[in-house]
Amino acid sequence: MLSLMIVDDSNIIRRKIERCNDSEKFHVVAAAANGAEALELFKQTRPQVVTMDLTMPEMDGIACIQQLMAMDSNLRILVISALSDKATGIDALKKGARGFLCKPFTDDQLLEALTELTED
Amino acid sequence: MSQETLQVFIDGVVRYFHHTNDKDVKVGTPYLVENNNPAAYDVTGIIGISGPYRGCVYFTAPRILLKHLLLSIGELDTSNEHIFDLVGEVANTISGNARSRFGHEFMISVPVMIEGAPNQIHLPSQMRSYVIPVYWKAYHAAVVICLEQ
Repeated sequence: MLSLMIVDDSNIIRRKIERCNDSEKFHVVAAAANGAEALELFKQTRPQVVTMDLTMPEMDGIACIQQLMAMDSNLRILVISALSDKATGIDALKKGARGFLCKPFTDDQLLEALTELTED
Repeated sequence: MSQETLQVFIDGVVRYFHHTNDKDVKVGTPYLVENNNPAAYDVTGIIGISGPYRGCVYFTAPRILLKHLLLSIGELDTSNEHIFDLVGEVANTISGNARSRFGHEFMISVPVMIEGAPNQIHLPSQMRSYVIPVYWKAYHAAVVICLEQ
């Protein structure tokens, strides 16, 4: 079972991701509402997988991805964002994310994206 | 504002509701309003836009629509906190998805949520806004586009 941290400024999105995770594959160990909170929780919980929103207050997702990757280059990050342009997706992948899922998303799309991410 | 630009937001609304358990959303014909009389329902999520386009995009809906929308995305807690969260998330999703057409220079802010009467929304007086009516279940809501290029 892989440990998962959810990062999104929307509580209903955090809860949606938590609800639809396959409990046999992922165990949610932390949930953060912005990048700064995510860095603190990452140090405490050391998750193997992160879902990351991009547009957030205090510290956005791109800046957070850079700092998380500096702490753990093996971290698997799935960006989940409404920002649907190619340049943003490419930027996130260059910074170290391994997948990109566009909002809005279904439970099946999320599970598929997380499964692909962890099968790499 | 061109029909193509409006269509980007109309497509965003339809896409959002198609990801709920009650996909049957209808979008009415967009119309122009003067900014001293903005469209608003009970709760509104506003996204500031900067870059080549400047202004705002907002989603406004009655509380009862948002409660049913929460249930329709599987969220059983229909508290005020989640109603505000949802209206901001809908506005964020519709605005963010517009970047597939306008590119990464279409900069969007984090959402600001407000509750109450339309006179709490202040839009640039020299501009006019397009209202996109949204019909879902028995309820009416709207996406409002106030942008200049």
